[in-house]
Amino acid sequence: MLGISMAVRTFAAFALCAVLLTLVGCGQSSYTWGWYVVWPGTAQGQRNIGFLLTGLTNTITVSVTAILCSVTIGLIVGLLGIAKHRGARAFNRGYVEIVRAVPILVLVLWVYYGLPVLFESMGLNVNFDVFTSGVVALALSDSAFEAEIFRAGIQSIDRGQHEASDSMGLTYMDKMRFVILPQAIRRILPPLGNQFVYMLKMSSLVSVIGMTELTRRANELVVAEYRPLEIYTFLVLEYLALILVVSYLVRRLERWMGNPSERGR
Amino acid sequence: MTVSAAGQAIIEMTGVNKWFGKFQALKGIDLTVRLGQKVVVCGPSGSGKSTMIRCINRLENHDEGRIVVDGIELNDDMKNVTAIRREVGMVFQQFNLFPHLSVLQNLSLAPMRARGMARKEAEELAMLYLERVRIPEQAKKYPGQLSGGQQQRVAIARSLCMRPKIMLFDEPTSALDPEMIKEVLDVMIELARDGMTMVVVTHEMGFARTVADDMVFMDHGEIVEQAPPQDFFANPRSDRAKLFLSQILSH
Repeated sequence: MLGISMAVRTFAAFALCAVLLTLVGCGQSSYTWGWYVVWPGTAQGQRNIGFLLTGLTNTITVSVTAILCSVTIGLIVGLLGIAKHRGARAFNRGYVEIVRAVPILVLVLWVYYGLPVLFESMGLNVNFDVFTSGVVALALSDSAFEAEIFRAGIQSIDRGQHEASDSMGLTYMDKMRFVILPQAIRRILPPLGNQFVYMLKMSSLVSVIGMTELTRRANELVVAEYRPLEIYTFLVLEYLALILVVSYLVRRLERWMGNPSERGR
Repeated sequence: MTVSAAGQAIIEMTGVNKWFGKFQALKGIDLTVRLGQKVVVCGPSGSGKSTMIRCINRLENHDEGRIVVDGIELNDDMKNVTAIRREVGMVFQQFNLFPHLSVLQNLSLAPMRARGMARKEAEELAMLYLERVRIPEQAKKYPGQLSGGQQQRVAIARSLCMRPKIMLFDEPTSALDPEMIKEVLDVMIELARDGMTMVVVTHEMGFARTVADDMVFMDHGEIVEQAPPQDFFANPRSDRAKLFLSQILSH
């Protein structure tokens, strides 16, 4: 598969660059490299890598869950943005402007530490665990950007498509479902793929509230081994590998969604 | 068509005014179209022809006056509007086919979703109309693979699949290359012979002579003249109509 070999080659190139850069630095300072801490050839390295990778499941599940939630919220908010109803459009504007303005890290902290207090003051006993807080914060934050992507994508569809659907007596839901959204999704996918990549990276911020994902694990290992350069470099490569997988999947999806009449061109 | 139904008014526009901002696009339009009648609307560009025809299925809202189609008044009640739209087909200058759907899917979508027809039945209906517009062999293709003339014929078939009582044509041949105009007009002439009620905005005066029961001449948002084609072409009463005809028939 062309896509896979491309991804593997990109990854190898970056890994090589990282190693070369550090080797260049080698000769010029008295720093002694400690790659053994993450080297699969030694028992200690294997143990450490195993430890670092225990964060993988959490990084993936928190990102994927947040992506699914944010796409749903984003689509609804985006559709409100093109509604006839003035109140709906106002809600869209308000939501996008406010949510977009909050830094993700701040939102993570606010949801985890602030939201339960807010609920408590309303007499509700809701306790958000770390995972839920992370998903809520990431999904909210990203949904504002996705709402804009959806709105722009839908608005880019020619007015004639709406008029043809309307003139045949299709309901609004049918028009959206069968005519507008299938065309819009093809234009939306590339920027949406960007958001997926972004979301995966931003999941590292959830480490600050104690979720044991990749970044958290790396931090913990750095404290134990005191080898920040080597361990964080490994962390960089972990994210790179994940993101190349996402890019590959988005590209596959784009091709699969492409206009059937343009397939193979 | 039954004899008693013939001649009965199916579109009635009374005192219709419409503004786009400060620009008045329609001024006191009165027009009655009877069942089975073919009305051809002509006039210079910007005269309000398209706006008027688009008011009939409420792609544009009128601001004043009454529009009654098939016994139902068009107003903000979307249920009425949707019901009317199912009885009124429309063919656009730019075809407006759905590019992501095959020709067959373009035709069967509305019968399935808006008429609740089963897929098999809808596809049989689609093939029937594709044969009528003489391109059944293109059923599996996508709009982008067809010529302009073929696309417009698919668009006509798509509207017919809803079995409408009225067909509206908004400059159906204006976006076509000259050699493709005839194939579309032929389909429309055939449709007219079958008794379809038609309102056609077009500059094709040969077509108008052939099928029109009535010519409607518009200028500056008004209906200036309405007459059978033989009268309209032979002795237009207004100076504006004379000028218009001299301009389009001179070459």
